[in-house]
Amino acid sequence: MFFMIEENPLHPHELHDQLTNQACGGYASFEGWVRKQHNGRMVTGLEYEAHIELAKSEGIRVLKESSDLFDICDCACAHRIGKLELGEIAVWVGVSATHRDAAFAACRFIIDEVKQRLPIWKKEFFRGGNTNWVNCEKLSETNETEYGIQ
Amino acid sequence: MKISVQYYAILREQRGLSDEELEVSTQTVSELYATLKNKHRFSLDADSLRVAVNDEFVKWEQVLDNDDRVTFIPPVAGG
Repeated sequence: MFFMIEENPLHPHELHDQLTNQACGGYASFEGWVRKQHNGRMVTGLEYEAHIELAKSEGIRVLKESSDLFDICDCACAHRIGKLELGEIAVWVGVSATHRDAAFAACRFIIDEVKQRLPIWKKEFFRGGNTNWVNCEKLSETNETEYGIQ
Repeated sequence: MKISVQYYAILREQRGLSDEELEVSTQTVSELYATLKNKHRFSLDADSLRVAVNDEFVKWEQVLDNDDRVTFIPPVAGG
């Protein structure tokens, strides 16, 4: 089990390799990507900021909760901070389990909790130069915070 | 007493700095935020924030202690 806040690009295959276990028959993962539009506006990039100590402690708490709730072998999550370009991976979640149901369910639980609970903030940069702190400004009244997540 | 305050994201930008040390009287974190919000014209109301002291989430009624490190947590948007 590990949780990472990472300034550099995430490499899912390397992260995946840390979860492999011959006792496990299933693996589910999720990647959140930086997409090019939000509420009809053209996004040119994102910047993530985190309270690193709190994000790490809360991230580990989420992973432990998923281990308690679901019959899984192992789980992990990594989240980027800093400036990200379109298409980059902002967040990665991986879960290994004996069977697929638990792997899918735990993966969904972890990404949902991470998005709601961790002290991580996202600033959008739009074409034309405007910016927006997602969920913090009236520009984001729709509360639509998803990137690569539908 | 002396405390420090950390600002993140939109609050950091509105304050114009990431952290500062303050000399304050005995008060709750709620009262501290009200004072800072008024002084620096923060756009976020306290009910949209969470607050941490010394890297642990706390309730707004918590009374500040000397050397506390207070962090106001704007609405999050990870993922």
